[in-house]
Amino acid sequence: MINGSLKNLSQMLAKKEISSVEMTQTFLDRINKYNPTINAYVALDANKTLAQAKAADVRIANGTAEPLTGIPFAQKDIFCAKGWQTTCGSKMLANFVAPYDAHVITQFDNAGAVNLGKTNMDEFAMGSSNETSYFGGVKNPWDFDRVPGGSSGGSAAAVAARLCAAATGTDTGGSIRQPASLCGFTGLKPTYGLVSRYGMIAFASSLDQAGPMAKSAEDCALMMNVMTGFDERDSTSLNRPKEDYTRGLGNMQGTQPLKGLRIGLPKEYFADGLDANVAKVVQEAIAEYRKLGAVTVDISLPNSQLSIPVYYVLAPAEASSNLSRYDGVRYGHRAAEYDDLMDMYMKSRAEGFGAEVKRRILIGTYVLSAGYYDAYYLKAQQIRRLIADDFTQAFKQCDVIMGPTAPSTAFKAGEKADDPVAMYLQDVYTIATNLAGLPGMSIPAGFSNGLPVGLQLMGNYFDEARMLDVAHAYQQVTDWHTLIPNLDKPNLVLPEGKV
Amino acid sequence: MEWEVVIGLETHTQLRTKSKQFSGASITYGAQPNTQADEVSVALPGVLPVLNKQAVECAIKFGLAINADIPARSVFSRKNYFYPDLPKGYQISQFELPVVGKGAVTIQVPAVGKNAAYEKVINITRAHLEEDAGKSVHGAVEGMSGIDLNRAGTPLLEIVTEPDMRSAAEAVAYAKKLHELVQWIDICDGNMQEGSFRCDVNVSVRPKGQEKFGTRREIKNLNSFKFMTQAIEYETRWQIETLEDGGTIQQATVLFNPDTGETKAMRSKEEANDYRYFPDPDLLPLEVTAADKARVQATMQKSQNEEYLRYVNDLNMFPDDARAITSSRQIYNYFESVLAELRKIAVPTATQTQDNANAKSVANWVINTLGSYLNKTNLDISESPVRPEQLAKMLSKIFDNTISNNAAKQVFEAMWMGEGEADAIIEAKGLKQESDSGAIEAILDEVLKANPAMVEEFKAGKEKAFNALVGQAMKASKGKANPAQVNDLLKKKLAF
Repeated sequence: MINGSLKNLSQMLAKKEISSVEMTQTFLDRINKYNPTINAYVALDANKTLAQAKAADVRIANGTAEPLTGIPFAQKDIFCAKGWQTTCGSKMLANFVAPYDAHVITQFDNAGAVNLGKTNMDEFAMGSSNETSYFGGVKNPWDFDRVPGGSSGGSAAAVAARLCAAATGTDTGGSIRQPASLCGFTGLKPTYGLVSRYGMIAFASSLDQAGPMAKSAEDCALMMNVMTGFDERDSTSLNRPKEDYTRGLGNMQGTQPLKGLRIGLPKEYFADGLDANVAKVVQEAIAEYRKLGAVTVDISLPNSQLSIPVYYVLAPAEASSNLSRYDGVRYGHRAAEYDDLMDMYMKSRAEGFGAEVKRRILIGTYVLSAGYYDAYYLKAQQIRRLIADDFTQAFKQCDVIMGPTAPSTAFKAGEKADDPVAMYLQDVYTIATNLAGLPGMSIPAGFSNGLPVGLQLMGNYFDEARMLDVAHAYQQVTDWHTLIPNLDKPNLVLPEGKV
Repeated sequence: MEWEVVIGLETHTQLRTKSKQFSGASITYGAQPNTQADEVSVALPGVLPVLNKQAVECAIKFGLAINADIPARSVFSRKNYFYPDLPKGYQISQFELPVVGKGAVTIQVPAVGKNAAYEKVINITRAHLEEDAGKSVHGAVEGMSGIDLNRAGTPLLEIVTEPDMRSAAEAVAYAKKLHELVQWIDICDGNMQEGSFRCDVNVSVRPKGQEKFGTRREIKNLNSFKFMTQAIEYETRWQIETLEDGGTIQQATVLFNPDTGETKAMRSKEEANDYRYFPDPDLLPLEVTAADKARVQATMQKSQNEEYLRYVNDLNMFPDDARAITSSRQIYNYFESVLAELRKIAVPTATQTQDNANAKSVANWVINTLGSYLNKTNLDISESPVRPEQLAKMLSKIFDNTISNNAAKQVFEAMWMGEGEADAIIEAKGLKQESDSGAIEAILDEVLKANPAMVEEFKAGKEKAFNALVGQAMKASKGKANPAQVNDLLKKKLAF
């Protein structure tokens, strides 16, 4: 059951083979067993969770069930959920219980989905290993010595370890895709503006986007149907007609379902810095795509190498302002003792924020300062435009762009913790799509030394349905996405014949 | 050396919207602390701003009213600083691209001493939308400071002038004109006590004839015209004295203390801020199309000046009365309501000329009579115990000769005291004037018979004697005879 697709689970519930309460309890039991080790969840509340499951069973009984009704999901702890501890991985919000629901939470609630709990994450989504979380690191289910990636590390581990049917994540520079790559599952960052950011704790507002983290493209498509949609409470939410993201999946049959699909291969994504084994896996996946009828086109994204410096100006700039509200005045951490207002601010923030968050606040404050704004912030915005223009040019030559999601497989905990720049390079292939506002996806494409490798798909604006089709076609002829780690013998078990 | 003062104003006008600038929370004044603070006002994690369309319409109205450039695109920026009453740690404002660009306001500077009154054009640099901060409340709880976020997020339009004013009188004339205007176009309630209209005044001095501006100091948060005059005059004197004593002026933010009448610089620590402005990524640029402007324009009533000219040119009103009536939307509405009511109960024979003459009289009643009662009792015209329809009924009794102007004053007094409607008061007090020509003739015959000497004097060419006879007749009628009729009939009788 724990490996079942969302569709399977939905059918089991519909046929009354299992109740939502039973299904939920199965996942809760797994969480109780493995979470103390893996640390994927930071907040669990079985009473609340089972109450939702009971309500779902009523809907199923009275025939008002929707596709996700009764299915248990994990929610990244960046989404405010009424009555739930909502920490964003920070000591600053360790005592914060959200009094309202994020749009994404409301969408899942309305769909009748069950919330299993809140998942661990890098503090304020700043990190690529989940090591900046105030609540401790998360184990990569494939190798407990390694990180799951970040910032959606808890959701990633929960999906890979089957501690949930699927999970939500958010992606500001790769925080859905890089962990999807490192933990071996399917993750999608939608076009900026498709999923409302209301109630999603802001890191960098112009880059943040929520998306699904799941076992397959099909599961992601079902979740997209629930998560997307216009929300007037988010001014950057796009008012577009509702889409059915599963609509094309059924067409991905036969020998060459992708006949005529043009796959762009950016030369910059296969250059120095890419692990040779990862490159090999990615090339093999692309070869598979050729078998499915796709053709490949060599393209160039000449400004993409500027993504990291541009991102590390813009994201901290926005973050430095977004995080100003955590001042100890109204909620969140306040220092126990202080002399005056300024002292209260300084101590509360010094104690409440971790090192990486402070580093980014400092960078952001600096680049917005009088005298530096033009040279940093404004220049970075100009380059951001150039990066987006690169994609516009590229999509004249191809329908979807492919490359590696991350430069390497999961690295060991602590390995990059003291080297911020090495950590930042984890997102070298994912950040450009955030800067351009484009959708990006990571799907399992194989293994390197027993660790999962992700293939990244990048699409044009609002082209998620096609990307999901393309991913689904691959998942029809490969089984990488079905492989699961052995949680009782981690570090040892390499999937048979898949090394 | 002769000095010249240079003044520019930044005025925060609180917009009359139903809800806050970026959330649906109410902005009613005086509510219990924090009862109007929703999750956006409190800046909970994850909340986002949504621009209030009504506030944008207010800004467009203002732009249209001052013939300003209203750019197709403006941008909201974040002004970052820490303060307990600023929940997000930044204020959403407009920095480089404001919603309203250059425009102008014409002011009337009143006569002072030997200087005659004059008009002057004050250029508006810009007007931009922003949100207000909350309030720190000190002393409510011993040893603690409280934060009230009811006001946090209240929509403001900040209106900035060029440094065009050259005296406290000009600055106050501008502030008053702006105060009238924002109420006239109904974007601000103008309540200065509640902080709906507050001015920051930039003051500098320079030797007369020098082109370069002196260093300015900004007097913050003046919420009365009286304080504004005092503050500017004190600040000007202080700057001149400082310079004449060989000192220099440091750019500074100063506060006016109404108790001492002095201005004093804030500690430099309080103003040493780098606000790190940058475009707010949570809000899209604001786009205003020609169609938007036309739509707002269609909702706007005639301008103060248009109405002023109509009153003076078409209704033949005294310029001072016309100015007073168009000085506020409330007075104007009251006056227009009286006219409208009067038209409803108009005498069928009334001509346009008569109507216009009536308007002039109505203006006199509203401005002078009602005005003095309001002044005495410190009431706003909207709180007048005499409603427009009541006043109209009473005035109709003057116009149809039922009562005299003098009697009307008694009727008005009684209405003000809440003694009822004009008809009942006239009846109860017996104020109806005698308009029966037969009865007046009878009185006149008696008067002529009793005063043959006066009749002789009149016939001998002494005009004064005519007035004396009228006086006698009025006296004989106990003041109730219609004076115009007495005049007419007496002329006829003496013609023989």
